[in-house]
Amino acid sequence: MSEAPLLEINNLTVQFPSVHGWLTVVDQVSLTVWRNEIVCVVGESGSGKSVTVQAAVGLSQAKGARVLNGSVRFQGQELVGMSIRQLNRIRGADIGFIFQEPMSSLNPAYTVGEQIAEVVRRHKGAGRDAAWKRAVEMLDRVGIASAATRVKDYPHQFSGGMRQRVMMAMALACEPKLLIADEPTTALDVTIQARMLELLVEFQRDSHMSVLFITHDLGVVAKIASRVVVMYGAQVVEQAPVVTLFRAPRHPYTAGLLEAMPQVALERGHDPVAIPGVVAQAHAWPRGCRFNPRCTLRQDGPCTTDAIPLTSYGDALSRCVLTGTLTAGLARAEAAP
Amino acid sequence: MTIPALRVENLQVEYTVGKRQLRAVSGVSFEIGAGETLGLVGESGSGKSTTGLALLRLIDPAGGRIYLLDTDVTTLKRRDLRNLRKRMQIVFQDPYSSLNPSMTIGQLLEEPLIIHTDHPTSERRAQVASALQSVGLTPAHAARYPHEFSGGQRQRVAIARAMMVRPELVVLDEPVSALDVSTQSQILNLLRQIQKDSGTAFLFVAHDLAVIRLMSRNVAVMYLGEIVEQGPAARIYDQPAHPYTAALISAVPVPDPARAHMVGEIILRGDLPSPLDPPSGCRFRTRCPFAMPICTEQVPPPTNIAGGGVTACHLHQHGPRLDGQPLGDFLRLGVAP
Amino acid sequence: MSVTTASFIDPAAAPLPPPSSFWSRFRRNPVAMTSLLILIAITLTAIFAPEIAPHNPMRSSLRAVLKSPNAMYWLGTDDLGRDVASRLIFASRLSLIASIQALSIALIIGLPLGLISGYAGGWTDIVITRINDAIMSFPALILAVVIVGLMGPSLTNAMTAIGIVYAPRIMRVVRGSTLSVREEVYIMAARATGCSDTRIIVHHVLPNIVGPLLVQSTVLLGHALLAEAGLSFLGLGAQPPQASWGAMLGQAFPYMAQSPVPTIAAGMIISVTVLCFNLLGDGLRDSVGRVRRAGE
Repeated sequence: MSEAPLLEINNLTVQFPSVHGWLTVVDQVSLTVWRNEIVCVVGESGSGKSVTVQAAVGLSQAKGARVLNGSVRFQGQELVGMSIRQLNRIRGADIGFIFQEPMSSLNPAYTVGEQIAEVVRRHKGAGRDAAWKRAVEMLDRVGIASAATRVKDYPHQFSGGMRQRVMMAMALACEPKLLIADEPTTALDVTIQARMLELLVEFQRDSHMSVLFITHDLGVVAKIASRVVVMYGAQVVEQAPVVTLFRAPRHPYTAGLLEAMPQVALERGHDPVAIPGVVAQAHAWPRGCRFNPRCTLRQDGPCTTDAIPLTSYGDALSRCVLTGTLTAGLARAEAAP
Repeated sequence: MTIPALRVENLQVEYTVGKRQLRAVSGVSFEIGAGETLGLVGESGSGKSTTGLALLRLIDPAGGRIYLLDTDVTTLKRRDLRNLRKRMQIVFQDPYSSLNPSMTIGQLLEEPLIIHTDHPTSERRAQVASALQSVGLTPAHAARYPHEFSGGQRQRVAIARAMMVRPELVVLDEPVSALDVSTQSQILNLLRQIQKDSGTAFLFVAHDLAVIRLMSRNVAVMYLGEIVEQGPAARIYDQPAHPYTAALISAVPVPDPARAHMVGEIILRGDLPSPLDPPSGCRFRTRCPFAMPICTEQVPPPTNIAGGGVTACHLHQHGPRLDGQPLGDFLRLGVAP
Repeated sequence: MSVTTASFIDPAAAPLPPPSSFWSRFRRNPVAMTSLLILIAITLTAIFAPEIAPHNPMRSSLRAVLKSPNAMYWLGTDDLGRDVASRLIFASRLSLIASIQALSIALIIGLPLGLISGYAGGWTDIVITRINDAIMSFPALILAVVIVGLMGPSLTNAMTAIGIVYAPRIMRVVRGSTLSVREEVYIMAARATGCSDTRIIVHHVLPNIVGPLLVQSTVLLGHALLAEAGLSFLGLGAQPPQASWGAMLGQAFPYMAQSPVPTIAAGMIISVTVLCFNLLGDGLRDSVGRVRRAGE
């Protein structure tokens, strides 16, 4: 790949204050988004997936987080340490956002049309009429029926699924180069989610933008991602092209997540294979591999003493000392009787 | 001829919205055999949770009959409800809000015994300890408060609490959808184990058909307050006879990138109509990809399906035929592996 | 399926984060902590008054009338030649007991009414709330004066009156908190378990409104103290020879020109105590507010 990456996060470390002191919630995370691709960041609550992305664009700093080190380059520009003013010029224009809570992300006091038009005017310098037209056009494109009249409605007049599409219209109105979607479908019904994902992929194909999509649902990942980053315990534990990840997960955590899915259990005709134990927490990361207390393949010693480096295996990266010794297709090997 | 653990006939539940009556559940009927699980699936707003609450008389039904073995639940006096609560229990979706934050785990588990039994304190304590063990916690946890536990652990407590007085039926209202992916299957397996040991019947309410399929023998699919399809879980999942069921199944993302984009995928357009103004004829017609003129005019009658169960869809009597068979028989074609 | 059964024995179930407690947050609030310490000191002074007071507060000495502060009488003497410092120390007993008395009456009336009103809703709530609003629309002290006027002047009557006057404030806080707690899922869970209404109110609602109730009670203690001082100053509260801070202020006030120290001392101690109650209430509110979802 000769061209430069669109977004390059390098060794990002983020801490939050707590009763236990500063907690490292993002630990030396690196990830790259190229032009015209969908990258999914997968993880459970507390994995640091949202904070990584929010901190990268300066959003979690407002909540009291501090970026300890690392760099974030967007189109070659360093975002860490950039002033709020400069960030604001990029956020909303070149980087669009969709969050999980569509209700709290929209201002209840303005019509959705005013809100979309406002973004367009601010970032594109469009005139009042042009901006309004753009708002109607965008609402129509995200599949809101009779957009020309609905544009004058207030957020509370829309259902949850429609609000999320309004958010999408707003995020895409300025034709961003990168769309950051933080669990945008988690609060939605599966049928509405399916429609949202379809729209997202359509937009991505048409406009050649890149998408950084945060989710906990591997099914969604399989559907939309080109590359996947799996996070656990504030670290990247695996990174791979989507087909590789699902065919041959390199990290036991990824394999475990796949095995735990009811869909997978159904196809295999057995009970879902649960990952035992509870999710590791920032105030007490386990020694060695952070997944080791829950790992069925744990070996005392190699897994429990030193921090495990992220190592490359073919087209994938994995943070597991056993990856090299395991056959490709960890999930399949594990499920064998 | 054994009588079912629970029999529901023509259940109606209404809410008052402003001055109008909103019919959240209209004419729902089903049976649950002793020691069996019925999965109740639908989107938010389908009335599935309301049905669960009405069974326990946490909401009073506006019409219909509910029989727990031979007890008519619908006519019970307020003071007789206490006895019903000993026989029927519920586990709520969000274990963060369903456990009283100011009570210890021990107090929470002991309370049902205080209310429903005259066991002495020492015996109650012993029962609490064994209940904690049976859900994978330890007796030492009895002195802790809910906020000290993770979501999965809290849900274990909620399940233990519901099982304290050995009820005949437990309503599980989306018991895993608020939990982390890796802990969801722990809870699903725990529930299956508990059912095997206790012979308790479950009503498993969820929006995820894969989870429902995994957990239940029979499934009822709800849409806008009505059951649109009902039958054995295996048949419904493999050969859905109602377009809505087919859409629900194809909306659950398959964790396999190679199969994620299938031709038979049914993506619903449009949003859930307001339950204040349900569409005439078939309620699903406004979002149905197969809607025909007759769907507007006539309420579809129940049709028996070859593999077992009933559906309410005109496709089985009217409309196009494929190879001499009604189109309704082919709804899962493109999605099957 | 050995992996499946592993999920029932949860090896990682034991380690839990130490919760960020109410106390650990409160402790880091210097203003509230200082107020608490001052109030504890005043309470201890009241309890051990006989040991601390340098003189008998009742013994008057006609040879030492309206003395300025000196080594023998730290704050001077009053118009009957009694030691002001000792009287202030002893008066703290009456003032504190009177405030607690008023608060207790306010709680006895306001707490059950608030719980019932908030929990039952409907007409019960409407009726109770309307009466409450009507009482609250009167100026508190005037209403208390009227009630004392009807019952006759005595400290007990005065504090009963203040308790009645402040009951609606307790009721309003309790009702508001109950309304929001009532909607919590765990209340429905309690009903599903088979709890009676009484049990739900006592075991499930009450413990969860303790926070706001504590805050309001603390602030009301301060208000009650001030109201006691006001009524006693007017001669409607503590009757001679009883001494409360307000009564002392009333007695010393006419002699302010000759001997200002007793008036100022009594005024100061009232102000400081009331201020401490208010600041403590603020501190409690800040610490209580975030207690519920800590650790998530």
